[in-house]
Amino acid sequence: MNTSVVNTARILWAALRMLLVLTVVTGVVYPLVVTGVGQAAFHDRANGSMVEVDGKEVGSRLIGQSWNLPGTDRPDPRWFQGRPSHSGYDPLATGSGQLGASDPTLVKDVKAAKRQVAAFNGVAASAVPADAVTGSASAIDPDISPAYAGIQVERVAEANGLPVPQVRKLVEDHTRGRTLGFLDQPRVNVLELNIALRELAAT
Amino acid sequence: MSPVLADVLLVTALVGALALVHRPLGDHMAAVYSSKRHLRVEQWIYRAVGANPDAEMRWPAYLRGVLAFSAVSVLFLYVLQRVQDKLPLSLGFKAITPDQAFNTAVSFVSNTNWQSYAGETAMSHVTQTAGLAVQNFVSAAVGMAVAVALVRGFARSRTGDLGNFWTDLVRGVVRVLLPISVVAAVLLIAAGAVQNFGDIHTLTTLTGDKQDVSPGAVASQEAIKNLGTNGGGFFNANSAHPFENPNGFTNLLEIFLLLVIPFSLPRTFGRMVGNVRQGYAIVAAMGIIWLLAVVAVTWVEFAHPGTASQIAGGSTEGKEQRFGEGPSSLFAVSTTMTSTGSVNSFHDSFQGLSGGVLLLGMMLGEIAPGGVGSGLYGMLIMAVIAVFIAGLMVGRTPEYLGKKIGTREIKLAACYILVTPALVLIGTALAMALGTGESSMTNTGAHGFSEVLYAYTSASNNNGSAFAGFAANTEYHNTMLGLCMALGRFLPMVFVLALAGSLAGQKPVPDTAGTLRTEKPLFTGLLVGAIMIITGLTFFPALALGPLAEGLAT
Repeated sequence: MNTSVVNTARILWAALRMLLVLTVVTGVVYPLVVTGVGQAAFHDRANGSMVEVDGKEVGSRLIGQSWNLPGTDRPDPRWFQGRPSHSGYDPLATGSGQLGASDPTLVKDVKAAKRQVAAFNGVAASAVPADAVTGSASAIDPDISPAYAGIQVERVAEANGLPVPQVRKLVEDHTRGRTLGFLDQPRVNVLELNIALRELAAT
Repeated sequence: MSPVLADVLLVTALVGALALVHRPLGDHMAAVYSSKRHLRVEQWIYRAVGANPDAEMRWPAYLRGVLAFSAVSVLFLYVLQRVQDKLPLSLGFKAITPDQAFNTAVSFVSNTNWQSYAGETAMSHVTQTAGLAVQNFVSAAVGMAVAVALVRGFARSRTGDLGNFWTDLVRGVVRVLLPISVVAAVLLIAAGAVQNFGDIHTLTTLTGDKQDVSPGAVASQEAIKNLGTNGGGFFNANSAHPFENPNGFTNLLEIFLLLVIPFSLPRTFGRMVGNVRQGYAIVAAMGIIWLLAVVAVTWVEFAHPGTASQIAGGSTEGKEQRFGEGPSSLFAVSTTMTSTGSVNSFHDSFQGLSGGVLLLGMMLGEIAPGGVGSGLYGMLIMAVIAVFIAGLMVGRTPEYLGKKIGTREIKLAACYILVTPALVLIGTALAMALGTGESSMTNTGAHGFSEVLYAYTSASNNNGSAFAGFAANTEYHNTMLGLCMALGRFLPMVFVLALAGSLAGQKPVPDTAGTLRTEKPLFTGLLVGAIMIITGLTFFPALALGPLAEGLAT
């Protein structure tokens, strides 16, 4: 047989063995070691930071949810609402709407969202912050801005029959500032806020 | 604290952290690739493979190693995706179609990590960890090996020997990528990233809705995805997904990871050629371009001139609340200036001009600081070109690091810088002419064209990020982008290794009073200028049709 063919075959065979060995090291040992350490030391976080209410899992504090009236796509006034999500907060369809910053469809969507959010919360359109009318990158953003939580307070208080100052205090307690002063934007986790709201309404 | 001030602090913290590890990591990598000793685990690997780790290779042998290893990798990854439904831990996902499996295999082997699939509904546990994550390691190590071979070409004289590819590959994985990845992965889990081999898990929310929560060995892949400048997200939303990147700390950590090796390799280069100041000149050129782009994109994003952003009151479309404009811009520039391509926000929805800067970052050839390894060799090729231009201006034979840049050297460098522009421009032109580009657009007009241009730029430069409105999962684009990725990765490597061989064979020219001092700021300036002019001339017409037209219209 031709020596160059033999040579090529020899190199490919060595390459395949190298790949298999490195697959064991980086594709089996490495993830298993990391999983072992993670599961042992940070069990809750490694499994998705799940939140329980009355002993039942109701979500992950990292994954946003939709707060619509059951069985509809209309927002439920009793809950704080998250950002618009083009997938309806389905974690199996993450990603954004991908429209450009000047795209005519996006312009229309933003205008419509602004009108809807303003009317739904009974505030002026100028009070509606940007995060309330734009889709996030993941479509499962768990957070909203303190401003967006702020304009929802009166509507939520009324729908739940709660005093406004109490609900406002709840939002303040759940507003997180920048870690170390410069990491993260100020934000409110909607699921945590709504769980606290539910407890408040039940008492 | 105002968002702008917080952002300035964020960039300062990042630059400080990178500066802090520049010397120790750069020196460590120089020692790794120069050491005569083999670790116990490395000896096992060599024995299992039957390779002699001390055998020197000339450039054709080194190249054969690179190509053989990559070819086998493509085939292995292709087969793994095609049979994933028959393997355990499949999560019920089907086998990937042939064209998409080809595209993904080439994508991960070429360190591009372009994804025409959505991870959470396509790839099984086995494909993710034993297929995709493995290529995250080894494709990065291959890039570093080729860069080190080129550095040896400058450092060595009167020999054709460039080292041993298998040794460089194994050492890159075992001594550089693995240790850092383990630490980073544990930090990511501690901060909230998930790491498990569970099933998709359905729960009932407080409103009575059902929600499916995705499982995955995410943190382990996230660490190497960024460290190896790979960028292929575990989930479709990539580093915007809260399970991959849960907060501001992990965001900073991930940006740090994707920049740390590319920004430290110039130190390795300086060490290995025996003059660390040569490395400083290179890292300065990388740093200047990167910082300029960070400032430009952050500025435009905060100003949010786009019509929809003006109505909304901020450039928040396609961005997460926890990150916002500043950290999203920093991530976007860092990912496109390296060959990473992971995203924490969607570039398609950035302001028109920011999108242009991100495109330009890739068009520069990803050298500021570039991918692991590929950034350094790309920048050294540009240094050769800059030296050549300077030589023409004063009418003397150009030299770099004591090596003559003769006809053969400049031909190889010229071929190198022609490959990706040819792929980008021909690829985009073909897609537009055949109508396949238009049918895949989500946006219209100039922005729609930018989506196509971005796709072919990203693939040919092995970036992997996207104007993700571009519907890439068609037979045509899977195939063409796959070809762009393969040619954009391996053709330049051929020229780099041939150049390395030719340099290593030379005898060094002694320094004289007329030698261009390549360790001085003047040379850094010349280098940055040469990069800008070459890229500008090549891509300006294409940029004018897309992001410039869009940005100037608003």
